[in-house]
Amino acid sequence: MSLPGRPPGEQIPLVDAARSAKGAPWIVNAALVSLRRDLLLAARRRSEVLTALFFFVVVVSLFPLAIGPEPALLRRIGPGALWVAALLATLLGLPRLFAADHADGTLEQMALSPQPFALQMAGKVAAHWLLCGLPLVLLAPLLGLQFGLDGDAQGVLMLSLLIGTPLLSLIGAIGAALTLGVRGGGVLLSLLVLPLYIPALVFGAGSVEAEAAGLGVRGHLSVLGAMLALAVFFAPWATTAAVRVALE
Amino acid sequence: MTMKPLNTFHFASPATFYPLAGRLQPLFALLALALAAAGLYVGFFVAPTDAQQGEGYRIIFVHVPTSWMAMFLYCVMAFWAAVGLVFNTRLASMMASAIAPTGAMFALLSLLTGSLWGKPMWGTWWVWDARLTSTLILLFLYLGFLALQAAVDDPRRADKAGAILALVGVVNVPIIYFSVKWWNTLHQGASVSITKSSSMAQTMLLAMLLMALAFWMYSIAVALARVRNIILEREAHTEWVQHAMA
Repeated sequence: MSLPGRPPGEQIPLVDAARSAKGAPWIVNAALVSLRRDLLLAARRRSEVLTALFFFVVVVSLFPLAIGPEPALLRRIGPGALWVAALLATLLGLPRLFAADHADGTLEQMALSPQPFALQMAGKVAAHWLLCGLPLVLLAPLLGLQFGLDGDAQGVLMLSLLIGTPLLSLIGAIGAALTLGVRGGGVLLSLLVLPLYIPALVFGAGSVEAEAAGLGVRGHLSVLGAMLALAVFFAPWATTAAVRVALE
Repeated sequence: MTMKPLNTFHFASPATFYPLAGRLQPLFALLALALAAAGLYVGFFVAPTDAQQGEGYRIIFVHVPTSWMAMFLYCVMAFWAAVGLVFNTRLASMMASAIAPTGAMFALLSLLTGSLWGKPMWGTWWVWDARLTSTLILLFLYLGFLALQAAVDDPRRADKAGAILALVGVVNVPIIYFSVKWWNTLHQGASVSITKSSSMAQTMLLAMLLMALAFWMYSIAVALARVRNIILEREAHTEWVQHAMA
């Protein structure tokens, strides 16, 4: 894709800056630069990030209202409710992942730049996790208190969300890339992505339950970690392929 | 060896495949009819009444083959999607799009017949059994593929996007199956088990296999018919289609 003369990637100063950074392996820099860029963009539009967080809190609060305030029941459904809400909150942030960059042509420039495209996409996914996933992990104990979860369950819940939310971002990015510039993208995105989220949900919410049942959580968390390892390796490539399809 | 090497890509062109599909399609349709007739005959008149489940078990001759086909067709669809993505052949992608609705139909039929069977046998229309749940998710995956292809206007882009989704899905199908299975065993004891006794009567197995083959032939016939329509639709600008339609 490289053109003779000056590479077209120079139109994005941030991406270009990565190439000029000598010494450090600039291949990794490509990911870091797109990560920093997305974080910077989010810092300038904070309300979007906060909206997803409030959505998470509101959805979680709906469960006791719908089901009733009985503490034993709430303790039972708490982890599942939190996990489902985390799934939906992550989903909410996904259309933003590529849409703006697609609309103003930045994504095209990224694809044309000599930096590895997959790593740039990986950087974007990492930014999505830092903005949409990590806050959920940090907020989870507070909401867990509302459901009367005890200390051990809280710890397991946080740990499962910590391993699980990056997985959600990675899988979701594939769906976000596939629905880029497609009619009814938002609804379609949820249809594509939610079935693929099921294993994460099963093992994430299951780990807390296994802890409560005294079965030990290592099995669940290990499987969750294994899925994350797989996704870290494969998902950016699938995302890249999907973005390239959208750019054609 | 003086034989001319077979040109594998000869039929990869829609123009050459269209008449071939037209010739093959009635053949497979007839085979499907004959096999279904044989399978239904063996299933309803030859196979003995089940000792535990009575006559109601006979829905198995429809239910099990539909479940097989639902899973099998997803793999076939993903295969053609991958071929289309790798070799950039239009026809392979068209095959993937042609197979998807049939696969979705089989997944839906499998769920419907399963619940019809479940009501008299287990006393409930639905249990969150690992197989039922994973078939439901398989149906969602089919619907996602169909919805994505329908939402993209440019057919080539729809092909590629669908192919990526099908490949991601096919990697996920075993993961989903095992996670649901594990989830199921954790949540509820083996209150309901649809594991069939291994000492199944020979005639029952025969009827099931005949029906599975019939559905297989049906899928091929329908996929060929559908791919012919897709070819006509997409190649409408070409001379040979205009000539054939004239």
